[in-house]
Amino acid sequence: MRKNVILLTLVLGGAVLMFLFIYPRFSQKDFSYGLDIYGGTVLIYEADLHNISPAEYFSAMNGLKDVIERRVNYSGIKEPRISVEKIGEHWRLRVELAGIKDVDKAIKMIGQTPYLEFRELKNNPEGTDKDKEEKLEFQPTILTGKYLERAELGFDPTTSLPVVNLQFNSKGTKIFAELTKKNLNKPLAIYLDGQPISIPVVREVITSGRAQISGKFTVAEARTLVQRLNQGALPVPIHLISQQTISPILGSQSLLKIKKAGLWGFVGIIIFMIIVYGYEGFLASLSLIIYLLISLTIFKALPVTLTLAGITGFILSIGMAVDANILIFEYSKERYQQGISKKAAFREGFKNAWPAIRDSNISTIISAIILYYFTSSLVRGFALTLAIGTAVSIITAIYITRLFIETLLPGRKSNP
Amino acid sequence: MINFIKNRKVFYIISGILIISSVFVISFWGLKWGVDFKGGSLWELNVPNSLTVKDKIADYLQGSSVGQTTVQVTGEGNLIFRFSSISEEKHQQLLQDLKRQFPDLEEKRFESIGPVIGKELTRKMVWAFLLVVLGILLYLSYSFSQSFHNIPSYKYSLLAILCLVHDTLIVVAVFAVLGRFLNWEVNSDFIVAILTVLGYSVHDTIVVYNKVRENLRLFSKEPLDVIINKSISQTLIRSINTSLTTIFPLVALFLMGPHSIKALVLAMVVGVIAGTYSSLALATSLLYDWNRRSR
Repeated sequence: MRKNVILLTLVLGGAVLMFLFIYPRFSQKDFSYGLDIYGGTVLIYEADLHNISPAEYFSAMNGLKDVIERRVNYSGIKEPRISVEKIGEHWRLRVELAGIKDVDKAIKMIGQTPYLEFRELKNNPEGTDKDKEEKLEFQPTILTGKYLERAELGFDPTTSLPVVNLQFNSKGTKIFAELTKKNLNKPLAIYLDGQPISIPVVREVITSGRAQISGKFTVAEARTLVQRLNQGALPVPIHLISQQTISPILGSQSLLKIKKAGLWGFVGIIIFMIIVYGYEGFLASLSLIIYLLISLTIFKALPVTLTLAGITGFILSIGMAVDANILIFEYSKERYQQGISKKAAFREGFKNAWPAIRDSNISTIISAIILYYFTSSLVRGFALTLAIGTAVSIITAIYITRLFIETLLPGRKSNP
Repeated sequence: MINFIKNRKVFYIISGILIISSVFVISFWGLKWGVDFKGGSLWELNVPNSLTVKDKIADYLQGSSVGQTTVQVTGEGNLIFRFSSISEEKHQQLLQDLKRQFPDLEEKRFESIGPVIGKELTRKMVWAFLLVVLGILLYLSYSFSQSFHNIPSYKYSLLAILCLVHDTLIVVAVFAVLGRFLNWEVNSDFIVAILTVLGYSVHDTIVVYNKVRENLRLFSKEPLDVIINKSISQTLIRSINTSLTTIFPLVALFLMGPHSIKALVLAMVVGVIAGTYSSLALATSLLYDWNRRSR
């Protein structure tokens, strides 16, 4: 009995702590909400990887992620969430921007990240004629903006036109040396975002890792290009395939409504349990509150990203969590009618209801795990809240309710 | 005490009608796939006097080469336009034009999704569904492996899956009806609804079967129909109470929750009712008919 009182104090103390952690007024940390609640934009880019070997896909995608992250951060948008997704054969970049107003600007800014590449002449012996320069065909090489260390603005000493000086990193320097050796006395084209901006002819093997773009740009254009190149060139080309924007106002309205609905649903459950099961129903409601506190604490601590569908799933799991207690109460009722004491009947009830509770909840957890691993982020939030909710409900329905009934249910005490 | 087993023909007829009409509705009307699945744009706008200007905007959009445009009014009085997938430049141009015509216009939501993503979503959903079914089959076959009354465990798991398919079909049919008459679209929330129903259905069937198995163990001398009837009446109150506690929050969500989850919630309510019915009436009747000679 004393052990139970200590446990009960621990549970209640824990409940107070969890409440303080969850309640916004006492806690700095906020829940992590999905796009449909915080408002903002999700951009999904498809990466074009056909120029690099499969072994490098992963590092190329991470490079891409870093570059875009730097770009977005530079523009002052707070906490972008950028993730690499591999779906079948496709590699995607998912960019989540919270609460921004000017999506167009954001998209342009990301899209403007230059894709710099060097292209060599296609093996075509007839194409060396000067008159045919317009028809020259180039093929991509492995030298891209990925290997760039920095870019600088400079001026051509003879024409005094602005030029952009490029300095490759050590790996880029090596590649550039080989490329110039291979293409000696042949043109080597510099492409920016798929357009040739300069097609110099290689006069010597360059081992210093320096290259120069002497296009026909103005000083301002050259300066912008330098800036953009230094902020990071994309290692692979990308294009936007999907966009979602939700206004933060709509999102916060939705959150308010779903919270209110959830609260009323919860109150409805408690009233129902008290009407049907009386004092025991009240005790089950107490453990339901503990269930709510534990789940929300886990959601906040991990954190689990809460979407509207995820919250709906969680509110639904509250209803299902009561099921374990209803099962126990109904099983106990059978025993009680057979003429044993109330507490003894409950002990039997817990024991007999266990297989049904275990099997039904494990099936739910199996489904949730499969959903988590086989679906996209849209459904993942729901799967995670469902799995956590179910696991927590087993614990609270069995252990916490039993503790409440053992300690708080009046009745004949066999051994005080 | 209601004699469920004696009246099982009634349940077979009800479920038969439900399944046939569901298949009929789904194959003839089909589902109205949302932008998540088939690609396209969804644009939610808030305009004063939305009801009077909605057709004007829809006509304007259709005239701006965005393809077939449909309009829907939300519970909050916002307008939702749906049309083909467009680029960001086009989106900005349309927004500027509309803002010139309606200065108080406010953009609430814009989604433009390429068709590739939708195909993946469908493929993944089918895979997830099959794997969940397989996972539950395996788990139940293992958990029910101790056989009473000569009923092998695979029979329980197969029947649980059968009830699951029954319930899922009904929910899909409800979406087909809603799409046909109220233009409700199926989006990724639909997957969530189906999965919830799936979980609830199996959950309920397992509870009933556990009771049947307990009684088979305790009263091994009694005939199967008596045992099954006894089990149903013992779980009846629990099943009704649990579906009520599950439906309470759903009703609250439907009445007070945001517009975007109403379809999801309605589907769940239908699924919970179907799940409760199938676990009490169908799962038990089928278990009886499959095993009545196997003592």
